Amino acid sequence: MTRRDLTILVIDENAIRASIIEEGLRDAGHSRVSIVHDVHGVGRVIERLQPDVIVIDLENPNRDLLESMFQLSRSVKRPIAMFVDRSDSSMIEAAIDAGVSAYVVDGLRQERVKSILDMAISRFNAFSRMERELAEARSELADRKVIDRAKGILMKSRGISEEEAYKLLRTTAMNQNRKIAEIAQSLVLAAGLLEDL
Amino acid sequence: MAATADITLGFMPLFDSAVLIAASEKGFVTDEGLSLQLVRETSWANIRDRIAVGHFQAAHMLAPMPIASNLGLTPLSLDLVAPFALGLGGNAVTVSRDLWDRMVADGAGPDTDPSANGAGLRRVVERRRDAGEPPLRFAVVHPFSGHNYELRYWLAGCGIDPESHVEIVVVPPPLMADALSTGAIDGFCVGEPWNSVAVARHAGRIATTKASIWRLSPEKVLGVSARFASENRPVLDALLRALYRSSMWCGESANHEELAALMSTPAYLDLPRKALMPILTGRLTLGDGAAGDIPEFFVPHAKGATFPWQSHALWFYSQMVRWGHTSHSAALAQRARDTYRPDIYRQALKPIAAPMPGANMKVEGALTVAAPVGASEKGLVLGPDGFFDGRIFDPDRLDDYLASQR
Repeated sequence: MTRRDLTILVIDENAIRASIIEEGLRDAGHSRVSIVHDVHGVGRVIERLQPDVIVIDLENPNRDLLESMFQLSRSVKRPIAMFVDRSDSSMIEAAIDAGVSAYVVDGLRQERVKSILDMAISRFNAFSRMERELAEARSELADRKVIDRAKGILMKSRGISEEEAYKLLRTTAMNQNRKIAEIAQSLVLAAGLLEDL
Repeated sequence: MAATADITLGFMPLFDSAVLIAASEKGFVTDEGLSLQLVRETSWANIRDRIAVGHFQAAHMLAPMPIASNLGLTPLSLDLVAPFALGLGGNAVTVSRDLWDRMVADGAGPDTDPSANGAGLRRVVERRRDAGEPPLRFAVVHPFSGHNYELRYWLAGCGIDPESHVEIVVVPPPLMADALSTGAIDGFCVGEPWNSVAVARHAGRIATTKASIWRLSPEKVLGVSARFASENRPVLDALLRALYRSSMWCGESANHEELAALMSTPAYLDLPRKALMPILTGRLTLGDGAAGDIPEFFVPHAKGATFPWQSHALWFYSQMVRWGHTSHSAALAQRARDTYRPDIYRQALKPIAAPMPGANMKVEGALTVAAPVGASEKGLVLGPDGFFDGRIFDPDRLDDYLASQR
């Protein structure tokens, strides 16, 4: 096989993650990268591109559809097998943990594909980390808002200062072995109920 | 001799995962000293991969899946064993309302009779071919599935060549109803509740059922890696006992409301409970005002529904050969047959005196009425198990069957 540029197809319903993968592949010197978000009509895309490597996210329910095209369809001429075979179980484990899977055409040298999958794995992990951090940041912001409301309620009902209100919340949380935001949430909820009476 | 072990088990959100889910939720696994974690998956490919890396010790599998894997037909081939079956039946074939209208004009209806409706479909297919129209497109859930093989068996038995007269594609079950209403496909074969869902959305009409194509036919199994099975037999045996008791609970009609409620929760199918009753009662709304009452539509326990019949494995193998999915040799047939492990089933269930059939294989389609079989202590009743075309499959005469299918 001549050492030409590999054609890579990325199938991912998550557009942001797909573009992160694409960028990584381009940074690594791969210029022939295509992205598909919607698996509808992917058979025709595969037929047209004849990709050497297909990268797909594991959450995609269309993985079975994709594999069936390799098995049954006449439109995909070249047999495509999963690159991560049993001889490289640590690679497959890392891929599954990261939530990504890959297929390559038969006969492609493994080391050429390994770097691609390594890249996809690290980018998938980075994306999950980013999502997690974003979710944490969102919940921190929400926590702060509810604590502020709880402090306001305490200040008004007990005629105490903001600092004392916060101290009261913190002591209650420590005594009950719960988070301050949880105590604040209960308090806000209870206050709302009492108002309705 | 209770084993203490943690098992992680993968399942797809389909109703026939019921025996696995009830085993956990109704305490049958803890009774056996096991701790079971159930993980919902999004594709059969994920289940296979996660068995491969050891995330799952066992999983819900399409009955032909472990056979295909052992024959080296899948992208990642593993050594798998199927020591337990997760019930019989549960599928149906649904066609678009437009196709149904044309089938009726050509003699189909009024119920779900596979011969009459298949004949109507054949005439529609012939008309389309004569008019130069593209072939009808049917969807199944996976190439190596009971759905694919029973749909093909039905079509071929009605004179429709599934290879050239129609097109068969793969679509995930939850997307079937939408694919049907948008016209992306003309029909599909899928497990419940996805037929009833399509009918409720006015997308299609149930044309026939798995139970009418082949009564009491195999559908899903418990798949286990061969290595896990050989290294952890006491644990596997305990799991099988828990599943057996669970299947008994699932089979009791007094428990059906509770089972449907359990399966409807967000952790499992996340669908309205009402949509989950037809599979349990066999009373289906067919989609054109008609209703069906299908005997033994889905059988989780009775009629030897949990026994891993090697004749079932060989029938799937015969269909893989028939449609060119595998080549045929005596060695491959043996490999397919031995994927199913009645020896494990027998040993595991011995302590609870579960009724056992005398043999590991039976002549499929031979029983026209229910028949008690010579078995251990408590009786076991099998059948009727007929194919809609009246043919029988004798696993001892595999080559004759293969020759007659060409």
